[in-house]
Amino acid sequence: MTPSLLYAFAGVALCGIGLFGFLRLQHLLRKLMAFNLIGSGVFLVMVGLAQRNGQPDPVPQALVLTGIVVAIAATALAVVLIRRYYHLSGQTTLAEPAAKSARPKARSVNREGAPE
Amino acid sequence: MSRFLGITVLAAVCLVFAGALMITVWQIAGTQAPVDLPGLLADNLEASGVEHPITAVLLNFRSYDTLLEIGVLVIAGIAGISMANTASLEDPELRTSDSLLYALQRWFVPLMLVLAGYLLWAGSDRPGGAFQAGAVLAASGVMMRLGGIPMEFLRPGVLLRLGLALGFSVFLLVAVVSAMAGDAFLAYPDAFTKPLILIIETVLTFSIAMVLLALFVSAPVNGAEEPEEGESG
Repeated sequence: MTPSLLYAFAGVALCGIGLFGFLRLQHLLRKLMAFNLIGSGVFLVMVGLAQRNGQPDPVPQALVLTGIVVAIAATALAVVLIRRYYHLSGQTTLAEPAAKSARPKARSVNREGAPE
Repeated sequence: MSRFLGITVLAAVCLVFAGALMITVWQIAGTQAPVDLPGLLADNLEASGVEHPITAVLLNFRSYDTLLEIGVLVIAGIAGISMANTASLEDPELRTSDSLLYALQRWFVPLMLVLAGYLLWAGSDRPGGAFQAGAVLAASGVMMRLGGIPMEFLRPGVLLRLGLALGFSVFLLVAVVSAMAGDAFLAYPDAFTKPLILIIETVLTFSIAMVLLALFVSAPVNGAEEPEEGESG
């Protein structure tokens, strides 16, 4: 049990927490954050596992760096999509359309971009 | 009651998943690595043109990953922009009138630009590089945006398209030219390794900052609360 292995296990724990949040939470932004938590866990596992003899391995670190940048871009795109979805449907969850009529705050769809 | 049951089942599933992952990690940590990657890297660092191992991996040994990565970024940026309303790009409600922000901006924006340049240069022999520099550049852009400094190049147009595509196209150009010259795809010629990496890093920095900033700006703002949008824009 080396300190670097501790990082890997912390990453595993993050993956578990993230998975729970991803399955359990309804709000799309929270789902996104939980998904990012899983991603961070994977990065931590990769970086932690790759330190074999106390020496960090640059190859997985470079891969993780690439992964972080892609994750940022994907997260930003997801936020844009979620905002658009909220803009169009007025809801923040992926509920069934039947459940939407029960909500008092449901908005009309054709409001998008119309100057009023 | 069924809700509790659901949470319990969910927690059990997640615990089983984490447990399996933990056992796998433990087993992997126990086995010996089949290849000595750090050793291989240290042996070939001389030929890479840069002194820092991570930069060498990113831009020389595994530059294919980096090429695909900037491709993914460009696609994400284009998709994000296409989601946006043109009106909301110039949304006046995004601007704050916080005097503290204005005061900070005057100090921070030049400092952050210098820091981005330093990070870009530092990537050759110590931690740093295109992505960190691009992130800092994008952050200073976000700050300028919040302060209401007009940034014409973010409007959909030639400059935005050029900025988004610059990094990817220069990278691809280098890759294809080296392949045309009879070498492998993405193999830099020996004499120009360092200048080529420097050029690629610089254009990558600009493109990454541009993509991140465009994604920040393009998120369709307000209008969710109020119907009118871009009235005085």
